[in-house]
Amino acid sequence: MNGNNAQPLVTCRDVVKTYGSGNAAVQALRGVNLDVYPGEITMLVGPSGCGKTTLISIVAGILRPTSGGVQALGTELARMSSWRRTAFRRTNVGFVFQQFNLLPALTAAENAAVPLVIQGYSKRAALRQANELLTKMGMADRGDNLPGQLSGGQQQRVAIARALVHHPKLLVCDEPTSALDNRTGHTILELLREIAIEGDRAVMVVTHDPRIFEFADTLARMDDGHIESTERVRERALTA
Amino acid sequence: MSWIALKMLTGNRGKYLGIILGIGFASLLIAQQASIFCGLMLQTSGQIRDIQGADIWVMDPNVQFSDDIKPMSENDLYRVRGVSGVSWAVRLFKGLTRSRLEDGNFQQTILLGLDDATLVGAPPRMLLGNILDLRKPNAVIMDIEGYKLLWPKEEPRIGKRFEMHDKVAEIVGICRASRTFQTFPVVYTRYTQALEFVPPERKVLSFVLAQGSPDLSVTEVCQRIQEQTGLRAVTGMQFEWITMMYFMRKTGIPFNFGITVALGFIVGTAIAAQTFYLFTIENIKQYGALKAMGAGNWSLMTMILLQALLVSFIGFSLGIGGATAFGMYANATGSRLAFYMPMEVFIGTGLAVGAISILSSLLSMQRVMVVEPAVVFQG
Repeated sequence: MNGNNAQPLVTCRDVVKTYGSGNAAVQALRGVNLDVYPGEITMLVGPSGCGKTTLISIVAGILRPTSGGVQALGTELARMSSWRRTAFRRTNVGFVFQQFNLLPALTAAENAAVPLVIQGYSKRAALRQANELLTKMGMADRGDNLPGQLSGGQQQRVAIARALVHHPKLLVCDEPTSALDNRTGHTILELLREIAIEGDRAVMVVTHDPRIFEFADTLARMDDGHIESTERVRERALTA
Repeated sequence: MSWIALKMLTGNRGKYLGIILGIGFASLLIAQQASIFCGLMLQTSGQIRDIQGADIWVMDPNVQFSDDIKPMSENDLYRVRGVSGVSWAVRLFKGLTRSRLEDGNFQQTILLGLDDATLVGAPPRMLLGNILDLRKPNAVIMDIEGYKLLWPKEEPRIGKRFEMHDKVAEIVGICRASRTFQTFPVVYTRYTQALEFVPPERKVLSFVLAQGSPDLSVTEVCQRIQEQTGLRAVTGMQFEWITMMYFMRKTGIPFNFGITVALGFIVGTAIAAQTFYLFTIENIKQYGALKAMGAGNWSLMTMILLQALLVSFIGFSLGIGGATAFGMYANATGSRLAFYMPMEVFIGTGLAVGAISILSSLLSMQRVMVVEPAVVFQG
């Protein structure tokens, strides 16, 4: 339970994920338990191959766990069909990727509008909402630029706008600062913090970057498919 | 999603143009070769089309095509005329003879002997002279291409003389005739005159041209002629197809052209499929990201199909346009190239390009179908 006594948005219980079968089977997650709260940033940290990416993939509804339960927004993801998980992601999850994964042929505004287009919005309506969001994020004059014409920080802002444009309750960020310099990385994390608090969203961040640990509300340290420790960083900082 | 698909496609100029060029090349090759094939096939039956004025061709039952002359007896003409439902019937001589020019040179010539009284089958397009002048002694009408072949340095003129079977022939008219498969000059004359231009034979009647009663269908009249005379009676269109089918069956022409068309199809498919597949692979992370964001497989398939259809449409338009321009240029410059693009070639090329488009997109679709959205988390 967090400091505000809020209910977790995502609950993972004894989550196991095994890739392959027989002798070639690799256990990526070995019984993970985790609660992710709205209005907070939950960071998953740990060495490469420890299962961070597998865990956020499961929480985001991309992968199905081999066993265990994953409740997100009151829905049991583990038992959902692939088609329903796709629909779940379309409505409830926003993604921020390490390499931004913006479509190079689309302008910043068009990129930000993609989730709405996927939901069936018309191009005009989607672009209007995307431009409004970019304006809020200080990117009003960059809406017509192609990703190649933007700096790394600006591209990541567009990626965040894309992740937020359809008002998801869960934001999943994979190494959002690894392609950015320190200052820009901090700016991006401050933005994510605002997003988490203002929208009462749960933000999950996978990172290797210790310089941004300070932005976490909860720091979950992973190793070898387990969560070794869960630390309430924000409460500790506030108490200190 | 369609505008995203199109922007993704056109955003990658190199691949976009590469796929269009691949499909355009295939389309051009298929349409051009098929049109030349059709042109050649039309040439084989050109003389049948030039003989106008009668609906029905009557011939020996063993005739296989228009140049396969199996002469009938004069009695056969009267037997045809005697069939009920036949309004009239006239002779037609068709044969090969040698023309001897004033310089001593020889040239194989196609000789057509028209019914003396009616001149049925006379050339439809006269350039110089008058058809009725065929009634003059030794008079012939020659096609313009044949004239240019025999006397390449001279302007076509009336009064020019040459010999056939040691008999002097005088040109009284120049006409335009369909180009023949053998490219020989075509000479029209009267039936009785034609017999003087060829060595004597016992039977000389090549064809009987007949017309049925207006109250009967041509097919029925043909059937009656066949039943009552034992001769073969067909419409002009049927005779054209008989001739074209003979060349298709008995020569390697369709096979040779078919190989080129098939190569165009295969090379076009290979280029388009490979480039399209590479384009998809280049964008696989983007497709993975779209999947992660909630785009279903069906949406992504539709995007790929739309991209494939767009490049196919543009490639097809360029190819068919190029082939048409090629044909128009060839015709305008008086080239001897046989080129005829019927609607069937247009549609067939479109279908082939459609198949190329589907085959090309299938590989890409399969790749996108199996891509895991988790691919976006792989740095």
